[in-house]
Amino acid sequence: MAEVLRAESITKSFPGILAVDHLSLTLERGEILALVGENGAGKSTLMHILGGSLRPDEGRILLEGQTVSFSSPEDAIRAGISVVPQELSLVGSLSVAENIFANRQPVGPLKMIDWRALYADSETFLRRFELAVSPRRLVKHLSIGQQQILEILKAISTNPKVLILDEPTSSLTEGESVYLFESIRKLQKQGMSFIYVTHKLFEVFSIASRVVVLRDGELVGSKKVDEVSEDELVAMMVGRQISSLYGERTERVLGEAYFKIERLGRKRHFSGISFELHRGEILGMAGLVGARRTEIGRSIFGADPVDSGHIYLNGEELTIVHPQDAIHKGIVYLTEDRKAQGLFLTMSVEDNLVAPNLSEFTTRLGALLKRKMETYAGRVVAEYAIDTPSISKKVLNLSGGNQQKVLVATWMGIRPEVIIFDEPTRGVDVGARAEIYQKILQFAAEGTGVILISSDMAELIGMCDRILVIHEGRITWEAGREDFNEETILARAAGLASENANGKPQGG
Amino acid sequence: MIVLLVAGIIMSIVSPVFLSLANIEAILIALSMEGTITIGMAILLISGGFDLSVGSTLAFTGVVTGLCLNAGVPAVPAMILGLMAAQMVGLANGLLVTRMGINPFITTLGTAMVVRGLLLVIAHGRAVLNLPSSFTVIGQGRLYGVQHPIFVMLFLVIVGEILVRNSRFFRQSYYIGGNERAARLSGINVDLVKIFNYCLVAVLAGVAGLMITGRFGSASVTIGVGLELRVITAAIIGGASLSGGEGSVLGAFLGALFMGFLANALNLLGVDVYWQNLVTGALLILAVVVDVLNERRKTRQQ
Repeated sequence: MAEVLRAESITKSFPGILAVDHLSLTLERGEILALVGENGAGKSTLMHILGGSLRPDEGRILLEGQTVSFSSPEDAIRAGISVVPQELSLVGSLSVAENIFANRQPVGPLKMIDWRALYADSETFLRRFELAVSPRRLVKHLSIGQQQILEILKAISTNPKVLILDEPTSSLTEGESVYLFESIRKLQKQGMSFIYVTHKLFEVFSIASRVVVLRDGELVGSKKVDEVSEDELVAMMVGRQISSLYGERTERVLGEAYFKIERLGRKRHFSGISFELHRGEILGMAGLVGARRTEIGRSIFGADPVDSGHIYLNGEELTIVHPQDAIHKGIVYLTEDRKAQGLFLTMSVEDNLVAPNLSEFTTRLGALLKRKMETYAGRVVAEYAIDTPSISKKVLNLSGGNQQKVLVATWMGIRPEVIIFDEPTRGVDVGARAEIYQKILQFAAEGTGVILISSDMAELIGMCDRILVIHEGRITWEAGREDFNEETILARAAGLASENANGKPQGG
Repeated sequence: MIVLLVAGIIMSIVSPVFLSLANIEAILIALSMEGTITIGMAILLISGGFDLSVGSTLAFTGVVTGLCLNAGVPAVPAMILGLMAAQMVGLANGLLVTRMGINPFITTLGTAMVVRGLLLVIAHGRAVLNLPSSFTVIGQGRLYGVQHPIFVMLFLVIVGEILVRNSRFFRQSYYIGGNERAARLSGINVDLVKIFNYCLVAVLAGVAGLMITGRFGSASVTIGVGLELRVITAAIIGGASLSGGEGSVLGAFLGALFMGFLANALNLLGVDVYWQNLVTGALLILAVVVDVLNERRKTRQQ
């Protein structure tokens, strides 16, 4: 096989950190190379260097045997290396066709756009990838998953030699992921090479032929995927053996059923949601993207309205119309969207940590007790092992895992009775994940009930005492630990099996 | 568009004067300043820009041209000098926004004041009077019985709409306003296009300034105060968005037309002139609310 890309001894440092340290790797024509590593391992720096948005301090890049040097991403694209970033870069008010052929629209006289040629070219291109979308459709009217796919197709349309994908499935449904993988394989057969960056290790095994592990800016392993196990990958990534990611499982004694939801419903979103939560219990909510799990969590918290149903805590019926009511009663919801909805990104760690119970840190006249805030923040940072140089650092500048720890620590400050975690480990690296799981187990051990909404089956099975499967806004199955099985839960979540065929009857 | 038609039909029934040619001409001539600048403002808003200095630029062009004329410069070179002055304001705005990275709101708020101050200084705070008829013909002359400014405005609207719709160069603004980083990756020279757009809106403000100065036969130093907000309002009623990536020239012009139309209708109906602001403001909010609701409905249909 011919080598298409070779990076030799790439080194890049930022003030205070050596982000990539004499790293070398090669990529063959038609190869799909998975790139894994914890946050901060150097994946994104390496990606930026290969994609032309950063210049290496040392080392060189060879593309098809020629030394290349990029001063901008446009250079890299022209040479044949395209990076598809996680954030979308489409223009919502323009059509699918104009997005694919951004600034490359076929033109006639006076550089006026030849619309007929544009739509015909787009049609042909979309048909090649069997994407059933009209080229005239405005992009803002596509689903997020379709947009993500279009973003990738747009990069493909420039015919790159090497395509670098950064967590491409993060907002795709199961079906869309399958479609994406098929498209990648098709292009691979035609000789396109891929670098596939991901946190989801199972994807490594389903799509890649080789996997490269980065740790602390160095390449610590390069393996054929059929010669390595998931546990070995994790061990390479964290540099130590994690005995069990989900903590030591001791038989937990559940307390009384103290939190009860009865026939909760919201028009067009979900209906008939009933369950009980016991003290010390971790209750999972499984389901596909769009199953309305987040909506249920938000409604219990009062962030979205409900049309019907009752919520009881310790036998008392609660009226929750606003998050303030829920917080007051000790119910907290930790959002899946920590950047937009969970944290004050441009404020300091300290300011974030005290935010939900500011009244404890103010004098009667409303002045802030700075000393008390500092002491509290310092203690919490230590307790939650938040890796930050100081409590006055902006949350924006922390890694995903540490941001998540700040979010958890912030809400635990009010000593909640019920905690709803929504995708607590999305975009969080393995090391920080283990610490977050430890914390969740600790809360449960202290008698708090935890509702865990997650799309990560292994996480649900590893952590929960019971799992509710949500499908199209309804609880379709309840599984006790004896019924835990990844395939069955997935099938239920996809709405494939009939109600209550294997599990316990719903409710109770 | 439909709103405009329906309102037009109602008005023509209620007031017979409304559809008379004289009245329509009155609406259009009153609109010719806003309408011309709206073309450039729409394109600038599409590319994610913003300009508060067009009112000052308009007055500046008139004063510069007027002073040149009174100093004996012939009409055509005087107008070119006036437009070059306008162009300089646009260039300053564009460079400050792109090279210094200053927020367009702050930049153009600043240049608006600087330019207004400058023109007051050079004109000693007084209007420039007694302009020669070789110049005033551009504002007062008629072609096929229709006043020149109306022709100029309609011509520019049509050319502008064709360009933003079909020209690859002008369509770059949509990519820039929609997603600047992606626009760069598509090989668009973002800074160049932005600077061009600031210059374009300034030159159009200059053209409007020449026409109004010609019409009045004198260059006022206070003309165009508050004009920028009316122009932006018109563009937004016509579908543009402050966050960029959306809008069209024709839409913005229809927005301006609708506002002019409304003011005229209220006049004819004998409504107190003080109501006009209230109605225009309510209309702006209504237009945006309707747009938001429309988008929500379309998203839900997914």
